[in-house]
Amino acid sequence: MYEKHILICAGTGCISSGTLDVRDALQRELEKHNLTDKVRIILSGCHGFCEKGPLFIVYPEDVFYVEVTPDDMPELVEEHLIKGNTIERLLYKDPTTDEYIYNHEDILFYKKQKRLTLRNCGVIDPENIDEYIMRGGYRGLKNALFMGPTEIIHSVKSSGLRGRGGAGFPTGIKWEFACNSENDKKYVVCNADEGDPGAFMDRSVLEGDPHAVLEGIIICGRAIGSDEAYVYVRAEYPLAVRRLRTAIAQAEEYGLLGENILNSGFDFKVNVKEGAGAFVCGEETALLASIEGERGMPRPRPPFPAVKGLWEKPTCINNVETLANVPLILRKGHDWYSSVGTEGSKGTKIFALTGKVNNTGLCEVPMGITIREVVFDIGGGIRFGKKFKAVQIGGPSGGCIPEEQIDLPIDFDSLTAAGAMMGSGGMVAMDEDDCMVDIARYFLSFTQNESCGKCTPCREGTKRMLETLERITQGKGEAEDIAHLENLAISIKDSSLCGLGQTAPNPVLTTLRYFRDEYEAHIFDRKCPAGLCPDLLTYYIDPELCTGCRACIKVCPVEAISGEKKEPHVIDEPKCISCGACLERCKFDAVKTK
Amino acid sequence: MGEQMGCACAVEEEFDYEKVEKVMENYEGQKGAMVPILQSIQEEYGYLPRPALEYVAKRLRIPASKVYGVATFYAQFHLAPRGENIIRICRGTACHVRGVSKVADKMKELLAVGVGETTEDMKFTYEEVACIGACGLAPVMMINDRTYGKLTQDRLEGILEEYREGEDQG
Ligand SMILES: Cc1cc2nc3c(=O)[nH]c(=O)nc-3n(C[C@H](O)[C@H](O)[C@H](O)COP(=O)(O)O)c2cc1C
Ligand code: FES
Repeated sequence: MYEKHILICAGTGCISSGTLDVRDALQRELEKHNLTDKVRIILSGCHGFCEKGPLFIVYPEDVFYVEVTPDDMPELVEEHLIKGNTIERLLYKDPTTDEYIYNHEDILFYKKQKRLTLRNCGVIDPENIDEYIMRGGYRGLKNALFMGPTEIIHSVKSSGLRGRGGAGFPTGIKWEFACNSENDKKYVVCNADEGDPGAFMDRSVLEGDPHAVLEGIIICGRAIGSDEAYVYVRAEYPLAVRRLRTAIAQAEEYGLLGENILNSGFDFKVNVKEGAGAFVCGEETALLASIEGERGMPRPRPPFPAVKGLWEKPTCINNVETLANVPLILRKGHDWYSSVGTEGSKGTKIFALTGKVNNTGLCEVPMGITIREVVFDIGGGIRFGKKFKAVQIGGPSGGCIPEEQIDLPIDFDSLTAAGAMMGSGGMVAMDEDDCMVDIARYFLSFTQNESCGKCTPCREGTKRMLETLERITQGKGEAEDIAHLENLAISIKDSSLCGLGQTAPNPVLTTLRYFRDEYEAHIFDRKCPAGLCPDLLTYYIDPELCTGCRACIKVCPVEAISGEKKEPHVIDEPKCISCGACLERCKFDAVKTK
Repeated sequence: MGEQMGCACAVEEEFDYEKVEKVMENYEGQKGAMVPILQSIQEEYGYLPRPALEYVAKRLRIPASKVYGVATFYAQFHLAPRGENIIRICRGTACHVRGVSKVADKMKELLAVGVGETTEDMKFTYEEVACIGACGLAPVMMINDRTYGKLTQDRLEGILEEYREGEDQG
């Protein structure tokens, strides 16, 4: 019998912060003190609080340690495990009250969350099916096997679950379409391509709780009358692929997958396909082409995949997070599920909270929570006491929501009305130092690069938009550029073949809507208000700090700096080409930009 | 030109098709196996050699252009040999707003290469990717399978040194 269980977070974030070294050091210390049969080490999935990793929880006392290092292990074993004293300096310290917090649930980052889909992430060993089952796993599937397709679909429809992959299409209705498509062969496809830069929810669910996704897939198969599924996982997620394969093998061994599942007469098989690095393959028709071994290019819809999908057979495509919600609905009932969330958006949503907030990481919140609560309560506000400016939601298809709208409730419909979209769940907080024109340029360069090239509006249109934005950030913008951008944006939205092109202009449109003055400052005043665009910076020397060492005069390639030795120097603004050489050279931080 | 042709022929003559054939046998009769076939070949050789691609086309009885089309569509496939260590710097949104541009510039300067290029000594290939999925620790890069978070310009030299010295740290 183990007396203590130690959970070490082995999500990708914590692994890169050194989890495995910590584990090895702990193992050595346990051996040294002959404690290996009393203390069990469990590597868990992502616990969410990546900023403070590696994370470490000791059970049964439920003490939460942050930023642990291998050097802390001797003390941890001797003080905590042997003598029973909590080590204060390793606890999380609340930045406002300076109080040490023992239990993770009392940390503000976790307090406002509602972890339903992530209920097991960071709590169980993802490579052990028994732990999943102990926490109610596969009970949803058992219920589904009793219920039959119509009843399952009714339950999912009544729950109000909408797709978490971006568009928010009602999941039950999608299943019904696929169920009603008559065919001898149908497929279930799980979309785990997660290409949105700045998002890692699906990865964390797959790595932290693969059985939840698997259970959702099997239930979907039962509902639509399919006997085979594909999970399409991004090439960059090797750990997720490995854990999923382990989960499949375990489920087969337990008779939860394969032939005649739990003696119900239902057969089901799950295959894993690795993507090969193309953002557009997240789009459902492109994804199907990619599974078929072709170039991953989208095709026009209709026919929708529910009618004609993989190898021309009816196919139901759902996102990882969508499917991970399903077992809960079937286990606890649709009424329970729909009690969380807002009128039009039920349940919770996982966000990857990143950017300029104090607490970056993964959080799951009830639909309808405000942006303020996420950024300031969960995220702990903006780093270094800077001023919050905007939050980017929905990645390359989404938009920037400004500070004025900080009390906007987060759900599918209100985000769309604000010009952004729920997207997959990336949420990037930005502060006063972020230039909104640069952000728009950044996203356009991303979509432009990822455009598959099949349709002209997307291929050429995004290129023209990007060129215009680049000119503006370089201080070569022209008065008519804004109107030009708006016209192009509308044409691209209306005429592109797939969602990539149809949503690509959103980051530009929202920044134009909320931050038009920044565009105008770049174009008319040749200034970047955030002080970010290098071509638009003016350099000057602070006479208080300048020692008159002449170092900057020597490096200036255009002889724009003058001054006597030991006297403060000056930069001749018209001559200066803003190369930044003086700023790099100055040892006294006397060269400034504005 | 003549010399180059001769060179290519020589390579082809020497090319060992056995490994490719093994891969093909593994996927015999499987539907839609093109991507995994190419992934396996790349695993063997580190890139996709031209004779191997031509062999795949012959074996599958499809035009070589089709194999080439798939190989060039996906960012993961490479048609030229790459360095011993692959550096992938994240250019995702979270990393962008936490200043990865400066880190990327510094890295390119240290290695004296551009995006997608390999150092002369074949030690490092420098690539930029859209998101590594460790956004909480931005800015982030990967060297081979190892992820480095909270990067600063100053840390790069030290990290590279670990790989310069000796064996692959994988
Ligand atoms: C360019 C583009 C990229 C997409 N990428 C993803 C993705 O990475 N993951 C995902 O689940 N859905 C993605 N989608 C949405 C899918 O096409 C599809 O709507 C979704 O997988 C359906 O699942 P859901 O109903 O459960 O949301 C993308 C769509 C477009 C247009
Ligand atoms: S944006 Fe860099 S790891 Fe995601």
